[in-house]
Amino acid sequence: MTYLADVAALTRKDLRVELRARDTLPAMLLFVLSTLVVFHFALPEGARDDAAYGLLWVAIVFTALLGLARAWVPEQEHGVLDGLVLAPSDRSAIWLGKTLATLAFLLATQIVALPAFVLFFAPLGATALAGVVLADIGICAVGSLMAAMAAAARSREVLLPLLVLPLAIPLIVGGVGAAISPEGERYLLLLVLYDGVFAVLSWASFEYVVTE
Amino acid sequence: MGLALVLALIVAPEDADQGISQRIFYIHVPIALTAYFCFGLGAWKALLLLWRGNERNDLESYVAIHQGTIFGALTLITGSIWARASWDVWWSWSSNQLVLFLVLFLFYCAYFMLRFSLEEGPRRARSSAVYALFGVVLIPISFLAIRLAEDFIHPTVFTREGPQMTGLMFATFCLSWAAVTLLAYVLYRVELAGKRLDADLRELREVLQ
Repeated sequence: MTYLADVAALTRKDLRVELRARDTLPAMLLFVLSTLVVFHFALPEGARDDAAYGLLWVAIVFTALLGLARAWVPEQEHGVLDGLVLAPSDRSAIWLGKTLATLAFLLATQIVALPAFVLFFAPLGATALAGVVLADIGICAVGSLMAAMAAAARSREVLLPLLVLPLAIPLIVGGVGAAISPEGERYLLLLVLYDGVFAVLSWASFEYVVTE
Repeated sequence: MGLALVLALIVAPEDADQGISQRIFYIHVPIALTAYFCFGLGAWKALLLLWRGNERNDLESYVAIHQGTIFGALTLITGSIWARASWDVWWSWSSNQLVLFLVLFLFYCAYFMLRFSLEEGPRRARSSAVYALFGVVLIPISFLAIRLAEDFIHPTVFTREGPQMTGLMFATFCLSWAAVTLLAYVLYRVELAGKRLDADLRELREVLQ
């Protein structure tokens, strides 16, 4: 139970920092809305809905990347990460707390972005929404580990998208499939499989990435 | 080793009865399998590093993945040539294996970016190892995803000439597979020796200064 308490405390810390500083969430919101507007002009006249669903996924992935790029910045700036690593708790709790906080930001962004997408482009069904949530979980789980790795690198802003995008390809396949395929459930299964496997892998390997 | 390669190259054309385009099969498929093997080896060494903390495994994992990426690039090139010869296109998104190799190629290029932008030390070794492990898990999941994606992006699938092989063709295939694996192994040892020498030399120089 102390593990869950640690995770809850870390998540709460991230949410509180964001509420006070308002660094990440407004940027993500503005980014995703601008991207949707750009897509309107990028799509040719009379393009099918399918093309819009594809672009929605581009917007989701890049918004997540924007949030993830900021994820460890407060920790880096003030040396908080060293303190957290030294704290007498399981280190994977740090990863889980960060993943949950990033997921909260991403979902909050989508509460605005998805209705905007429906308004501007095409309707979204229940399967498509489930696909969005499942892919969010996957990208935050993998992304917060990758962001922790990239945070130690010289060129972290450039590195993070390079690390995450190849890993996100199955998520995009699953998400787009859930939105446009008549058998969307199969794609949801793919997303569940991805989330399960990569969440366990990230959870288990986080400790190696942050310790000196 | 060189003899085995030459043999494979000379024997192969003799029994290729599906036209000239079939011949590349003896090079393309062994290279692809060897690339998978190298990625697997890299991940295994990475796992050993994380598990036992032996610093030597870091370099071994890196060299194996380096070889895997070289063979992966060769697979993309030979696959593209084969696609040109048999389907008359340089690139085909409906070839699952080629798309998978493209994803893996991007992934392992990112591995090198990660490795070269971290400070040398145990943390770099462990981060690279974690990323290498992710790669091996990504292979089956990507394959599944690509196969699923084909349903909605490409309703029509190219029919590929069947891989039914006669005994002699199979023997040739095995021989060229063995030759390519041997080549990869020799390259792996050579690069490892070179890299170790580099590291030793650097240490020596630091001691002397």
